[in-house]
Amino acid sequence: MSEFLQFAFSGMTVGAVYALVALGFTLIYNASDVVNFAQGEFVMIGGMVTAFLYASGTPLWLAALLAIAIAAVVGVLLNKLAVEPARGASVVSLIVITIGASIFLRGLAAIVFDKQIHRFPAFTGEDPIGIMGATIVPQSLWVVGGGLAIFAALYVFLTKSVIGKAVLATANNRLAAKLVGINTNHMMTLSFGISAAVGGLAGVLATPITLTSYDMGISLALKGFAAAMLGGMGSPLGALVGGFLIGLIEQMTAGYLSSEYKDAAAFIVILVVLFTMPRGLFGPRVAERV
Amino acid sequence: MQLSAKSWTLIALALCIALAPLAFPSSFYYRIGAVILVNGLAVTGLVILFGYAGQISLGHAGFAGIGGYSAALIPVHFDVHPVLGLLAGAVLSGVLAFLIGRPVLRLKGYYLAVATLGFGILVFIVLNNEADLTGGPDGMSVESLGLRSLSNALGLGLNTSEVWYWFMGLIVLLGAYLALNLHTSPSGRALRSLHDSEVAAGTLGVDVARYKLTAFVISAVYASLAGSLQALLNGFVTPDIAGFLQSIEWMTMTVLGGAATVLGAIFGAGLLTALPQALTVFAEYEHMALGLIMMLVMIFLPTGLLPSLARQFRRGG
Repeated sequence: MSEFLQFAFSGMTVGAVYALVALGFTLIYNASDVVNFAQGEFVMIGGMVTAFLYASGTPLWLAALLAIAIAAVVGVLLNKLAVEPARGASVVSLIVITIGASIFLRGLAAIVFDKQIHRFPAFTGEDPIGIMGATIVPQSLWVVGGGLAIFAALYVFLTKSVIGKAVLATANNRLAAKLVGINTNHMMTLSFGISAAVGGLAGVLATPITLTSYDMGISLALKGFAAAMLGGMGSPLGALVGGFLIGLIEQMTAGYLSSEYKDAAAFIVILVVLFTMPRGLFGPRVAERV
Repeated sequence: MQLSAKSWTLIALALCIALAPLAFPSSFYYRIGAVILVNGLAVTGLVILFGYAGQISLGHAGFAGIGGYSAALIPVHFDVHPVLGLLAGAVLSGVLAFLIGRPVLRLKGYYLAVATLGFGILVFIVLNNEADLTGGPDGMSVESLGLRSLSNALGLGLNTSEVWYWFMGLIVLLGAYLALNLHTSPSGRALRSLHDSEVAAGTLGVDVARYKLTAFVISAVYASLAGSLQALLNGFVTPDIAGFLQSIEWMTMTVLGGAATVLGAIFGAGLLTALPQALTVFAEYEHMALGLIMMLVMIFLPTGLLPSLARQFRRGG
C-alpha cells in the first residue's frame, strides 16, 4: 500500500506539470486552432529565468513573477510575429512554424543562459512529509495544488468574466464572435499570453523537483500534447484529466513494470484510447458536417 | 515534341544530380550529396502520403528505424548480404504499416499527428532500451554494402563517397519515377481526390480507407529503405534514426520545398540537409537560424519554396 501511494504521489506531481502544459495547449488551440509545439519552451523559460534571477540575488518570489511575465511576453510575441501572419495556413504549416519557434527559443536560451542544468530551492523546505508509509516533498503539494488552482481560476475566468466569455466565444465561432463586436485578434493574443504564463508558472513550480535546462521543452511538449489529445483536444477538463492520467500511468509503469518503458506505456494507452475513441476521452461528440 | 510534366521533373532531377558534382570543391561534398539523396528518398514517400493523399505523419522515422536496424541486425544474425537486410526491413515496415494503418488512419488532423507520433516514439524507445540486441543508445556498426568493391570491379575507380552519391542518385531517380507514375495513374487520382475532400471522393466510389492505407504502406516502405540506406552509408546506426526530430525534419523538408511535388520535396531535403553544414560556421547560432528559417518560409511562402518561386518566375516571365 505504501508503495502504491508512493508511486501515486510522484505520478500526481509529474501529472500536474503535464496537465498545465496540456491546459496551455488547449487555451491556444481553442482560440486559434493552432497546436503550439513551443508550449514546452514556456515551461523552460519559467524555470530558467527564475533560476538565473535567483542566482543573481533576486528574491525568489520576485524572480518567479518576472519569469512568468517574461514567458507571457514571449507567448504574445510568438502569436504576433509567427502565428498571426500565417493565419489560414494548413495544419502541417502551423506545426512546422511552432516547431521552428521551439527550436529557435531553445537555441536562444542556450545563448542567453547556458547549457547547464539548474534549480532553485523549494518554496517551503525540502523535508519530506510522511503519509501512511509513503513520503512526499512539500514542493509536490505546491505543484499539484498549483495545477488545480490554475484550472479553477481559468474556469472562473472563462465562464464568469466578460473577457473570458469573449475568449470562449472566439473559440466557439470566430465569425460570430466578430459579428457581435469581439476583437478576435486581441482574444487570440490574450490566449497566447495566458497560455504562456500558465506554462511559465508550471516551470516555476516544478523546477525545484524536476530541475531545468535549455532543452527540456520538447519532451514536455510531446507529453502535454499527448495528454491534451488523450483528454480530447479543446476540453480544459480533458487536459487536466489527461495530464494526471499520463503522469500516473508513467509512474505506475516505472514502479511496477520497468522504468525504461514508462514513456512507452503512456503512448500505448494514448493509441488504444484514440483507436476506440477517436476524439479522446472528453472531446466534442459532434457529427461531421458534409 | 511536347514533354509531360513527369518527364520534365525527371529530366530536371537527373540534371541536378548529374551537374551538382561540378560545384563540389572536395569529395566530402559527395558525402553530403549522398545524405541529401537519402533524405530525398524518404521525403518522396512522404509526398505520396501527405502531398497526394493529405495525411500527416509525425512518426515515419519509426519505419526508418526498422529499416536501419534490419540492415544492421539481419546480416549479423543470419549471415546474409546487407541487401537482404534492407529488403527484409522494407517488407517488415510495409506489413507493420498495413497492420497499424487501418486504426491510425481513421483519425484526422492533430489526432492523426499524435497517433503517428506515438508510433514513432514507441519504435525509438524499443531500439533505445533493447541494448542486448541493438546496442542501446550507443548504436551499432553496420556491414558495408560493398559498393566500393563493386565500383572497382567495374573499373570505375570511384571512392566510397562518390560511388554512394551516384548509387543514391539512381535510387532517388527510380523512387521519383515510381512516385510520379503513381501521380498520373487512376490510383494516384483517387489518392489526390482524398486530399481535397474525403467525403466527395467517397461518393464518387473511391474506397477511402483502402487508398489511405495504400499511401501509408508505400510511404512506410520509402522511409524504411531510406533508413536502411542511411545506416549502410554511415556504417553505423543509433536509435536517433527513429527519433521524433528525424520525423519532424522529413516532414519539414516535404513542406518546405513544396509538399505536392516530388521535385519540391527533394529540393527541401537538399536545403535542410545542406543548411546545417553551412551554418556550422555560426556554431551556437545554428539552432536559432534553423528555427527562424522554418518559420519564415512557412509564413511567407506557405505553399513551399519551389512552387512559390516558380510562380514568381512565371509572373516575371
